[in-house]
Amino acid sequence: MKMDQMQSENEIAEVVRGANGPLQVRGGGTRTVGRPVTGEVLDVSGLSGVTLYEPGALTIVAQAGTPVSEIEAALAAENQRLAFEPYDLSGMLGSSGASTIGGVVATNASGPRRIMAGAARDFALGVRFVDGAGRVIKNGGRVMKNVTGYDLVKLMCGSRGTLGVLTEVSLKVLPGVETTQTLVLPVADAAQAVAAMSRALGSPYEVSGAARVGGDVWLRLEGFGVSVSYRADALRALLSEFGSAQVQDVDWTTVRDAVPLHGADAVWRISVKPGDAPAVLAVASAGCDALLDWGGGLIWIGQSGGAPQDTHAALQACTAALGGHATLIKGAEDLRASVPVFQPEPRPVADLTAALRAQFDPRGILNPGLMAA
Amino acid sequence: MEMPTPNPDVMARKARVAARLRDVLPRDSVIDDPAQTRAYECDALTAYRCPPMLAVLPASTAEVSDVLRICNEEGVPVVPRGSGTSLAGGALPTADCVILGVARMNAVLETDYHNRFVRVQSGRTNLSVTGAVEGDGFFYAPDPSSQLACAIAGNIAMNSGGAHCLKYGVTTNNLMGVTLVQMDGTVVELGGAHLDAGGLDLLGVICGSEGQLGVVTEATLRILHKPEGARPVLMGFDSAEIAGACVADIIKAGLLPVAIEFMDRMLIEVCEDFAKADYPMCEALLIVEVEGSDAEIDAQLALIKEIALRHSPVALRESASADESARIWAGRKAAFSAIGRISDYMCLDGTIPVSELPYVLRRIGEMSKQYGLPVGNVFHAGDGNMHPLICYDANKPGDLELCEEFGAEVLKLCVEVGGCLTGEHGVGIEKRDLMSHQYEPADLDAQMGVKDVFDPNWLLNPAKVFPLASSEARRIAAE
Repeated sequence: MKMDQMQSENEIAEVVRGANGPLQVRGGGTRTVGRPVTGEVLDVSGLSGVTLYEPGALTIVAQAGTPVSEIEAALAAENQRLAFEPYDLSGMLGSSGASTIGGVVATNASGPRRIMAGAARDFALGVRFVDGAGRVIKNGGRVMKNVTGYDLVKLMCGSRGTLGVLTEVSLKVLPGVETTQTLVLPVADAAQAVAAMSRALGSPYEVSGAARVGGDVWLRLEGFGVSVSYRADALRALLSEFGSAQVQDVDWTTVRDAVPLHGADAVWRISVKPGDAPAVLAVASAGCDALLDWGGGLIWIGQSGGAPQDTHAALQACTAALGGHATLIKGAEDLRASVPVFQPEPRPVADLTAALRAQFDPRGILNPGLMAA
Repeated sequence: MEMPTPNPDVMARKARVAARLRDVLPRDSVIDDPAQTRAYECDALTAYRCPPMLAVLPASTAEVSDVLRICNEEGVPVVPRGSGTSLAGGALPTADCVILGVARMNAVLETDYHNRFVRVQSGRTNLSVTGAVEGDGFFYAPDPSSQLACAIAGNIAMNSGGAHCLKYGVTTNNLMGVTLVQMDGTVVELGGAHLDAGGLDLLGVICGSEGQLGVVTEATLRILHKPEGARPVLMGFDSAEIAGACVADIIKAGLLPVAIEFMDRMLIEVCEDFAKADYPMCEALLIVEVEGSDAEIDAQLALIKEIALRHSPVALRESASADESARIWAGRKAAFSAIGRISDYMCLDGTIPVSELPYVLRRIGEMSKQYGLPVGNVFHAGDGNMHPLICYDANKPGDLELCEEFGAEVLKLCVEVGGCLTGEHGVGIEKRDLMSHQYEPADLDAQMGVKDVFDPNWLLNPAKVFPLASSEARRIAAE
């Protein structure tokens, strides 16, 4: 069931206060991730527009329903950008809407540059939201350094609408770069590829992307032209024992959006420490494809056919043992309804999570069960 | 600054609580002699002092868990303490509290260069984290001015920043995981050597929670390889307006220096006396530092100097040696102690949108005349985090109160222009009663609701962060 599109924060607060059943919070509708949720659709895409943009202060404030493309265009006009490189799942999930900035923050969606620059949660400076009781709450602000009170901005980042409905977000942005170069280094063995990426990321050369696509390691350098060519040479020398790296034109959205896995029936996104990547890859059965990002710390795994529920259980058991988490990003509705889509948490953490949910959404009406383990 | 009346029932149980704590800790880890508890009567906000009922110095997560469990059972408030360098009164005791100091927990537990993290006990000092890895070319980025003394535990509690956070971020951006002990003694692991949370980002809310949600005993910290080199350039201007315009132009040109620091004439003079860095004497000094290889630094500084020249600088000088760079930074980092040699002072920490800098500095100058108290300004210009230092005379009756009133007006101004009360020092007791200028009752209630979850009896550092009137009902209900 679908209500009219919300037009204001007040309207959302009224609807939440008056709700007598579950609500599905929706921005652009491009990220149908998580346990399937039933309930009325609360469409916030009508809250749209950049409220304030100060290039000299590196900050932008926008209503939660603002399309990411609109924000990126505004920033590009001033040669600035969202440095955490938010991914877009519409290609993978076959969704047709426009990804919104509220959705990006609500899912802490961060791409390859996360390894150097930080995640969406690191660039989120402030939020306004409507909690499950219909209260309008603000936290943080629009300045880069702010430790005034508890950081509920981080709590909202990645909470996927289960603690509150985001209405406005304020973000730190960074300057764009003059030059980008990618070194491509063929490395057949996954462990060796991770070792090569660790060597690069542990160097002073400010690698802003370290991925493994097929049998190639991609290492991205960004900055002023003179600096990038200097660092590319230095890096090539540093990595010579792994093979010969060449500068090539590549498209980093391939990595950001896990394009090689778009055709898979089930896709997982896994975070571990980079050195544990080979152990995770060993768990994925034959017939699975993989893509490594974040120097090996982020693993995308795709599977077509086979027994995805078994793969799911094996991956989450592996990340539970190693330290980390595995999330089923794409999967048939019956699969998502039958497995813990998000990594189950150990007891004391799960207790805190449940108690926080009850605190922010006492009636349990905001995306109920979406993140349930 | 008002503090809640100590609970006489709790104080009457002092001997019993001490005995129970001695059952679980080595004898010398429980301090009950008033001559010794006095050592914990204040932190770096020295205007306020109160000896605690007891102090404990546990040496492990298990001991911290025992202490908290016992205090929870006994209904005794606990004030966690790192190195006691808080400028906001974050570690100020109450007469009925147990101070829990983490200083004995200072070990490095794990160093992993391959995965670029280090795991340490939380009592370890900020600078000694870098000390443990710099031999191999690595460092821990957040660098508060007190980094020689301040503990990682306090850095996490206050989400501390530093001069170089324009490029590297503050504590929360470099903290990967913690071992947290809840007030009931439960030990929780949040985050770890991997990035980002699989569920709710509880680590993100722990960082900056001022010791009110739990006691952090261990931390996993991101380490980075040191840059090949770094070099500051000094630029002097005739006014703060011009310096501010220059900063905006540097940022808009796509340059992201690792630090952009501002000092006004008063600070230049006292810091020069202290560090002999040969600072140019002018109204507004910027220290702009860039990193990279020599050639990269040359190229960046050439662009930065070109921008500076457009703003008619009265001085423009690159550091010529590592020794000179060290002196330039020593002066800046000693700003607070340098002022302290000539006067009692209160250090503010508001953040403002950088575009408001000239207006706010002008208003502070006017208020300084109005209150008759001198003010020096030093701040992180790239991110708008200001540190006005208000001078007063602690021996002159009424001067501290006047200074506090002035400080409060400055912080309200920061909020008015779109900024906040505190950028990196924390709220503590100092800004507690100003919180209602930044947040509506519902905003504060949402934050206090988080404390209800982690510490339902409101025993951890209870009289901080929130205006006493806002938190009173919760504190009383929990008694």
